[in-house]
Amino acid sequence: MHIMEGFLPPLWCAVWYIISIPVIIYGIFKIKKVTEEIPDSKTLLAVSGAFMFVLSSLKLPSVTGSCSHPTGNGLGAVLFGPAAASVLAVIVLLFQAVLLAHGGLTTLGANVFSMGIVGPFVAWAVYKGITKANISSTIAIFFAAFLGDLLTYVATSFQLALAFPDPTFTGSLVKFLGIFAITQIPLAIAEGLLTVVIWNGLKEYRSKILSKLNLFSNKESEAI
Amino acid sequence: MDSKWNVVLIILVIILCIAPLVMYNGLGEDEGYFGGADGAAGDAIEETGYEPWFSSFWEPPSGEIESLLFALQAAIGAIIIGYFFGYWKGQKES
Repeated sequence: MHIMEGFLPPLWCAVWYIISIPVIIYGIFKIKKVTEEIPDSKTLLAVSGAFMFVLSSLKLPSVTGSCSHPTGNGLGAVLFGPAAASVLAVIVLLFQAVLLAHGGLTTLGANVFSMGIVGPFVAWAVYKGITKANISSTIAIFFAAFLGDLLTYVATSFQLALAFPDPTFTGSLVKFLGIFAITQIPLAIAEGLLTVVIWNGLKEYRSKILSKLNLFSNKESEAI
Repeated sequence: MDSKWNVVLIILVIILCIAPLVMYNGLGEDEGYFGGADGAAGDAIEETGYEPWFSSFWEPPSGEIESLLFALQAAIGAIIIGYFFGYWKGQKES
């Protein structure tokens, strides 16, 4: 999902920066608020950021015969909300843009929008929806991480189709979805499964904080 | 949930990663396989006649250095996760 340095026209770079910056600022405030209210949650924040670091560094092969990487954005989004995940995404994307020449500074706004805003928002909404329906948080976190990952790449495809509607927007969208989204399906499943592994650990050791962050379905809250 | 489930989940992830390697066994970069999707998107953009207007200040000078930095990224994340899970486990047991 990394749009490479210089691969978006300047106007689109500006548009995505303008959309992303307010969310990042809100995310910084949100992180401050949560960690002040629940100081123990700092360690969870570190683990969410670290999880994003690991997952986005793993370039995995996919059934389409090309390689791509998971995003790791679902966990942080579910724990701290989508805006907080956008702050974590900035850290990861800056590391990759500066040290690895993956993504770029001009395209940082656009890449934060897909990996730090669209994906996390989808993950957070899916998680809330499933747990509200009183279904187990383990199932919810799988679908949250799976869809958060997949929709990150769908968002990138939309961004590229908007910037390069060649010959038409739809034709271009189909082309970029073919490159990104289909490759991503098995990787998104892998990300869902790995997020469940971390989630199982958090449930075992940190269930009090998870419950303070209001993350369990009614049925699970009663069981604690 | 007990740790047996985690083993099952990790085995599933391994199967997902090995499947493409088996499906396209014998094919490599020269035949156009296992390249990065990000690069493929870059190529598709260049096909429209677009020329990038800015390039990275610094790029890893070789594939070796690039893999060094990717491994570093994974290691930083892994040590943080491992540190806290070990800490929590120890807390629980004492």
